[in-house]
Amino acid sequence: MFKPLALVAAVLTAFSVNAFAAKTELTVYTALEAEQLKSYKQAFEKANPDVEIKWVRDSTGIITAKLLAEKARPQADAVWGLAASSLAILDQQGMLQSYAPQDLAKIGPNYRDAANPPAWVGMDVWAATICFNTLEAEKQGLTKPVSWQDLTKPEYKGKIVMPNPASSGTGFLDVSAWLQTFGEKQGWAYMDALHQNIGQYVHSGSKPCKLAAAGEFPIGIPFEYPAVQLKRQGAPLDIILPKEGLGWEIEATAVIKGTPHEAAAKKLADFSASPAAMELYKENFAVLAQPGIAKPQTELPADYEQRLIKNDFAWASKNRDAILTEWRKRYDGKSEKVAQ
Amino acid sequence: MAAHMALPLTGKQSAQVPLGDRIFVLGGKLFLLLLLGVAVLMPLLAIFWRGFSAEGGQGGGWVAARELVTSDNFHWLVGNSLNVSLSVAAIVVPLAYLFAYALQRTLIPGKRIWRGLSLLPLMAPSMLPGIALVYLFGNQGVLRGLVADNIYGFWGIVLGEAIYTFPHALMILLSALSLADARLFDAASSMGASPFKAFRSITWPGTRQAVFAAFCLVFTLTITDFGVPVVVGGDYQVLALEAYKAVVGQQQFGRGALIGMVLLLPALFSFGVDAWLRRQHGDAMSGRAQVFKPLSSKGRDGCYLAIVLLICAALLLVFGMAVYSSLVKFWPYNLSLSLNHYQFSDTAGGGWLAYRNSVTMALCTALIGSAVIFTGAYLMEKTNGQKRLNLALRMLSFVPMAVPGLVLGLGYVFFFNLPGNPLHVFYGTMTLLVVCTIAHYLTTAHMTATTALRQLDSEFEAAALSLKAPLYRHYWRVTLPICLPALLDIVRYLFVSAMTTVSAAIFLYSPDTILAAVAVLNMDDAGNVGGAAAMSTLILFTSAGVSLLLAWASRGVLRRSQAWRQGAPAQ
Repeated sequence: MFKPLALVAAVLTAFSVNAFAAKTELTVYTALEAEQLKSYKQAFEKANPDVEIKWVRDSTGIITAKLLAEKARPQADAVWGLAASSLAILDQQGMLQSYAPQDLAKIGPNYRDAANPPAWVGMDVWAATICFNTLEAEKQGLTKPVSWQDLTKPEYKGKIVMPNPASSGTGFLDVSAWLQTFGEKQGWAYMDALHQNIGQYVHSGSKPCKLAAAGEFPIGIPFEYPAVQLKRQGAPLDIILPKEGLGWEIEATAVIKGTPHEAAAKKLADFSASPAAMELYKENFAVLAQPGIAKPQTELPADYEQRLIKNDFAWASKNRDAILTEWRKRYDGKSEKVAQ
Repeated sequence: MAAHMALPLTGKQSAQVPLGDRIFVLGGKLFLLLLLGVAVLMPLLAIFWRGFSAEGGQGGGWVAARELVTSDNFHWLVGNSLNVSLSVAAIVVPLAYLFAYALQRTLIPGKRIWRGLSLLPLMAPSMLPGIALVYLFGNQGVLRGLVADNIYGFWGIVLGEAIYTFPHALMILLSALSLADARLFDAASSMGASPFKAFRSITWPGTRQAVFAAFCLVFTLTITDFGVPVVVGGDYQVLALEAYKAVVGQQQFGRGALIGMVLLLPALFSFGVDAWLRRQHGDAMSGRAQVFKPLSSKGRDGCYLAIVLLICAALLLVFGMAVYSSLVKFWPYNLSLSLNHYQFSDTAGGGWLAYRNSVTMALCTALIGSAVIFTGAYLMEKTNGQKRLNLALRMLSFVPMAVPGLVLGLGYVFFFNLPGNPLHVFYGTMTLLVVCTIAHYLTTAHMTATTALRQLDSEFEAAALSLKAPLYRHYWRVTLPICLPALLDIVRYLFVSAMTTVSAAIFLYSPDTILAAVAVLNMDDAGNVGGAAAMSTLILFTSAGVSLLLAWASRGVLRRSQAWRQGAPAQ
């Protein structure tokens, strides 16, 4: 039979691949968008020919959960591209190796861990936006919202999708930003009203915009990267930056404590904070950890960076459990069916 | 055949069991116990340990458990899960029974085609029916106009799960209905019993245990699946999804573990009832049975054909829609066809590497798994002695059915990562994925094997014993050939399950061992529904292709070794 033979062949191939691997294999956990991985990996390996990146990519929630589950025996050597609030949790668990990359001085003071040397160093910024499907809006007679408050209007009943903060980094960022912008009491009142219009809570930060682009639900609350990408692909979308300000989060890099490949992991941290890496990030993001390199994205308004709210990460990280518990109590598991 | 010469046996034989058999029986059982211990029990204990340790605010511990169980939210989730699972089981089991009856006990044309079509849902990840339902009945669905509300919610989950679990129930019922003693039906008709009476007094008693088993299987599969709810559940939430969210979104391993323990209850319940039914149930098929052949009946066959056609049409619609959607450029605004979604290199999930890994994993799982499981089931069913060992093995074999793959996967993470565990070297490897997948799908395969084996009279073993033939030779020469159809079903089942599994694997893969079905979930989660549909379609075609190949390759063997079922040729 050919199947056992194929099996043997597969096993042999696996061994021979290992036999040829003379480079350091660096296992890097990431929540970067999949289409970014290739160019980032190529650029890093070109600068560091003796190191080869092995990606483990998943959404923010899964990667964070995976890292925590493996706490006793970390599998990752480094993390490149994960929410700073997640890295802060890992840091509290003592899982990160503090390290000052060569270009640390060039990194903006808001975009790195405050400790010295820092446990994590930022790469770029992502922020909450609204995706608005213009074709469906016309068909269903919807007016264009310009603020977060607008989203509570009765005309949007059942037409909005947002990420569930319990599973999505972007969802948590939305909720923590509303609580900071509106104040705790009004923040929850706002979400009570918004909840009446939510058609669905989903589990990723980019899905709301993809659902909006496909017209499945005309309005999505994603982060800006998928919105820009989909608009470039010709989706019938308006990207709206609500006037009250945008919640945002830092994408960051860290070295895992106790990795057997510490030298290579530090090379990665060096590269991630370098101007060369910033050149890569700027293709995808409008705000970078090193000031002065970013170029404005034509799909986004020029004052994008000014619209970011003053975000208190320490507060958000510390209150994460309490916020999520409250959110779940209010919106996650009401016994009456939510309006569709 | 030896079985025809079965002699009445008296006295005890256990004293003179030959050494080869002792090694075969006891060694086999101990090996199985060790395997089940490492692959099922220890990871589960790790979950319990995690669920009841209050460490690090991860939602575990006794206080958290009491809080969870008394909260309104939890009651709501339990209610939803029960609602959905009972509805699905109530819909699926009768339909599957009719379908199985049509295939085994009537003369409808095209049986092989219907059987093949009915297996479609087994061949794709559980997300696929959900994805297809969105394209059919979602807000932009092609059939949206036919329904009052969009698909998200209760009916979405019920429909998706019904499609997903249908072949699972069908497998058990087909196996139970495959063997029948024609003499009983002859006697019934010569006594003037109506076909309905014959059904009630012959067919039903012979199959009700399988009906119960199918009901339990559908119920537990539904209550523990999160693939369908994650896609079409909307805000109608269920326990399995809650466990997924607790672990993935909130890093609340303890909470996930606690809900996982709640989801264990249905399995414990079905084990109890199954054990009770076993005591009520005699052997359905003796060594002297004549194979039942249905008589022709136009009216009956017409009715059954209509039912079968309806079910197959629904399945074809759903799966056709999924394949079609994978080819559409930009739903719903640009319906031109392209292969863009199949260019995985730029999207999440590892693309073609994931696909190759899945094939390798599925091959290993099918070959190793079926050998281990079938032999294990044989040893449990057909050997006396070691009563306690048998009971332990039987209980362990039932457990995986109720363990959500996600919880099993997490158990593996906790157990194999324990400091000082020498098995840690397997972490992240293909070996562990294979072991985990076999463990995850053990119950259905085991139940199929057991159902087939229970229909064989123990006279066969008695005859072998009286002829002083070693048991292992009897197993190899008599039992395996008789049960070949069931065994091939197990091989096929394990292969396609391994191709489609996602829930356990999501915590166990490493960059080298990412799987195709994990890629589907990743892509769907990221909103790349077209890519998810494309990868699902690939999985679907691979599973279907391998199944067809298996069926074709085995037909010759089957024809030869199963000749006895077609009536007794002169020997």
